[in-house]
Amino acid sequence: MRYVAAKSAEEASNFLLQETGVSRVLAGGTDVLVQMKSGMIEPDLIVDIKKIPGIRNITELDGFFRIGAAVSGSEVKDHENINKMLPGVVEALDLIGSTQIQGRCTMVGNLCNASPAADSVPALVAVNAKVNIIGPQGERSCNVEEIPIAPGKTSLKKGEFIVSVDIPYRPEFSSDAYLRFTPRTEMDIAVVSASVAIEMSKEGICENAKVVLGAVAPTVKIVGDASKEIVGTKLDESSLKKMSLKCVEICEPISDKRGTVEFRTEVAGVLASRAAKIAYKRAGF
Amino acid sequence: MSQVHIKTKINGDNIEFLCDPEETLLDILRDKLHLTGTKEGCGTGDCGACSITLDGKLVCSCLVLGAEADNSEISTIEGMSNGEKLHPLQQKFLDHAALQCGVCTPGILVAAKSLLEKNPDPTESEVRYWLAGNLCRCTGYDKIIKAVLDAAKEMRS
Ligand code: FES
Ligand code: FES
Repeated sequence: MRYVAAKSAEEASNFLLQETGVSRVLAGGTDVLVQMKSGMIEPDLIVDIKKIPGIRNITELDGFFRIGAAVSGSEVKDHENINKMLPGVVEALDLIGSTQIQGRCTMVGNLCNASPAADSVPALVAVNAKVNIIGPQGERSCNVEEIPIAPGKTSLKKGEFIVSVDIPYRPEFSSDAYLRFTPRTEMDIAVVSASVAIEMSKEGICENAKVVLGAVAPTVKIVGDASKEIVGTKLDESSLKKMSLKCVEICEPISDKRGTVEFRTEVAGVLASRAAKIAYKRAGF
Repeated sequence: MSQVHIKTKINGDNIEFLCDPEETLLDILRDKLHLTGTKEGCGTGDCGACSITLDGKLVCSCLVLGAEADNSEISTIEGMSNGEKLHPLQQKFLDHAALQCGVCTPGILVAAKSLLEKNPDPTESEVRYWLAGNLCRCTGYDKIIKAVLDAAKEMRS
């Protein structure tokens, strides 16, 4: 195995493109090193991206936060304005691993690991986050949900890697929330998860909503029909009930040691409805 | 396989070493630099026995490559006491008998120290959450938590 620390995004992309064997991008390493240790992967080349200028920064640009690919979970958690505007994203990140892991793990790593149970992914999708990608063809960007295409697989092409995540600022009277079900309170992997982001009018009517589920399908699920059930309402019990049912309908989970199909499906609806209530409260109602 | 030349500062001392690209910082600390206070429990980021700080951040050294440590500042358990004088956390662990076999202890001390630097007055549940990634098979955790809270109190006064 060779190790290189890229000095620019273009250089990193080039290293990845030129490598004929197995290559891996290294940021926090909390998945890559575990996979190496367990023999799941045997990379010929590791490209460390942490030395690329700017890749460890959070910047507040015109209309959105730009979070570099090597910013750790705890750095996002400690950012005051992100906390204020995106509490759901922060709580999802806060659930990933221990303090030690959070000091290293990154949102982009969580995304590119492409686990159906990734905590930060539903939360990022709910708030319309985008990723910026550098590759042999130059720069491009796409929505977060376009990256994972199957468990452990991403849509990134050879030589491409994500350099940053953009999250739009939230308007007034809006908020988000993330909930997951795990048997333990800490250090666990989601059996089911739900993220809800809402934008309300100042009278408390929902104008925009996005309901996203994790761990109920091979990739993250955006439940458009569920959002429709709460738009135009004050998130009263009966609309939330209808929203839950739409969530239940869309689930196509597997049964495994963490939970059965029936359990996951039912809990998905419950979590979505609870997350919506939390987001509603956070939006100031 | 070409070795990587790394310059670091460990517990205040400038230290250089050569490592293989796949060697973890934990292996280097223990096997090359003979700083064996840092322990290996799982090697996969689950137990916290290998906790150190890297540029001020609490991390599992089993999940860091030695090659990544170039130009970094590292603190390990060996740097915790001031010569013969124990750090208040170390002393409180003794006073409260917060250890039995001791394998988890260096990691927990390093982790607790990093908590108290960030938050000198943590609640019990803040201590428990912060240390959730440090597993102990012996003590049942209660004495560890008491020792940390007691040390925090002493350090504040
Ligand atoms: S040895 Fe590193 S976390 Fe267990
Ligand atoms: S004292 Fe033995 S593992 Fe903690």
